[in-house]
Amino acid sequence: MCGIAGIIYKDGHHNVGQDMTRMLQSMKHRGPDSTGYALYAEPTENVVMRYTTANTTTPRDFEFQDRLKRNRAEAERRLAGLGAKIISCEQETDYAFRLTLDYSGDLKKLADQIEDISDCEVLSLGHSLEIIKDLGDADTVCAQYHLDKFQGTHAIGHVRMATESDVDISGAHPYWAYPFSDIAVVHNGQLTNYFQWRRRLERNGHRFNSECDSEIIAVYLAEKMSEGMGLKEAMELSLDELDGVFTYICVTADALGVAKDEMAAKPLVLFEGENMIAMASEEMAIRAIIDHEIDTYDPYEGEVMVWTR
Amino acid sequence: MDALTGESQIVYDARGLVEPNAEVPKISSIDGEKAEFDALDLTTRQINLELRWLINEQGITDVTVKNPGAKHSLGVGILTRCKITFEGSLGYFGCGVIDGPEVHIKGRVGWSACENMMSGTVVVEGNAGSLTGAAMRGGDLIVKGRLGARTGIDQKGGTILTMGSVGANTGFMMQRGRQVICGDAGHGLGDSMYDGIIYVGGKVRSLGIDCVPGEWTDADTEFIDRKFRIYELGTPPAFQKFVCGKKLYNYDSLEPSERKLVL
Repeated sequence: MCGIAGIIYKDGHHNVGQDMTRMLQSMKHRGPDSTGYALYAEPTENVVMRYTTANTTTPRDFEFQDRLKRNRAEAERRLAGLGAKIISCEQETDYAFRLTLDYSGDLKKLADQIEDISDCEVLSLGHSLEIIKDLGDADTVCAQYHLDKFQGTHAIGHVRMATESDVDISGAHPYWAYPFSDIAVVHNGQLTNYFQWRRRLERNGHRFNSECDSEIIAVYLAEKMSEGMGLKEAMELSLDELDGVFTYICVTADALGVAKDEMAAKPLVLFEGENMIAMASEEMAIRAIIDHEIDTYDPYEGEVMVWTR
Repeated sequence: MDALTGESQIVYDARGLVEPNAEVPKISSIDGEKAEFDALDLTTRQINLELRWLINEQGITDVTVKNPGAKHSLGVGILTRCKITFEGSLGYFGCGVIDGPEVHIKGRVGWSACENMMSGTVVVEGNAGSLTGAAMRGGDLIVKGRLGARTGIDQKGGTILTMGSVGANTGFMMQRGRQVICGDAGHGLGDSMYDGIIYVGGKVRSLGIDCVPGEWTDADTEFIDRKFRIYELGTPPAFQKFVCGKKLYNYDSLEPSERKLVL
């Protein structure tokens, strides 16, 4: 089933980590397996990288802690080799790290170098995007990663009920549009031409970390935008080129967009307020952050809507 | 023997997703045949238990539910003539399988509201999601806002009236009843309908298979005027009428391949 949510404030910084947690926790029944966030703050000159040195399916044997240490050391060695200076490093769990880097080189090269290390995965890379995802409900992940204090401008989130791939961090949403900076997607639905698009995008040099169909939406859109399309234009094209039933939300450094397939088979409720736009698979998620009566509606089939800050 | 009775028969989801509290809250303030309660801190199950307790056991005929909070499956399975007012929005599957009540929702409803509604009236002040009035058999469902896709799918009777627009595949496989759409209709209106009538005041993006324009009669005018008068909806707009062309299903002895040629 899965649940998706998005929020974009019209101005200023807000407690977006806490708001998104409330929205996602109220939809726990739609997907208790894992919870993920893509949180955005104002862009900085530095690069923020979220990465993991193990997945939840990595064996927790006697060697596990040693492997974590080795992977971290190797990642830092490779970063230094690429000329990426670590300004700060925050360790959120045994295996999850947030690095702030002084780096102006090729982001794809940087991601490839880290992911070449066994069990390491770059969750996000960019100047304003941070992807956090792990097993459990929103309250659990929020507490684990201290997200209630995250001040930001917009965000998307996802609660996952695993149906087609493993219950692990790789299978959790949101997906970063590797190797494109600051683009992420959450999706509710199924793509029926997933393998066709995956092969096409792999031929163009993109890598996929999961078996999840949703991952290709992020890369598909990012590739179209890299060719000169705007976000809305790319999303409109996706309605013709991606088959299946879907509602997805895509975010960039300064915009948030939603698209529904031609059948409107997956739900989304939308609230357009004076200071924010909020959307979710269920209205109760929006009501979790707004304490008064509101007027909401469902976007129609084949509709693409984009809001820019 | 305990294992065969009462609470011990309930199997809970291992991840704690069900609502285990099956106690009637009994928090309503009751005044004669009227009652009112605040649903803010109640679960779906508790709200429905409170409603049934009031209507079925306390003889209440007029209930007001405050702060329904867009929770799902509220007001389902009410089989009694009574009046229920929700002061706020409902989530998915609201007022499903009802038979008799007069419901007023002072907000919006999510997907699949009034599914399998048998009789009574439901008036929604706001918008409604997809699949509203699915498989509805009788009664009047009035939505003052807009409706989502697949409105009245498999409708078997009753009337769905919206002051706004509807999404794609509205009236899909409709078998009987009427839909009155004051706004626009999405693609595939009335696709594969067997019978029934759909009135559209705005534009139709496309008609579905075997949905064709129908001939307007005095009975249509009388029906539209009567519904607008009863629900105080003002002056009705001019409508187009759509009906089943009766070429698709079971109206002849054609083989499926031959039927495709006809259509």
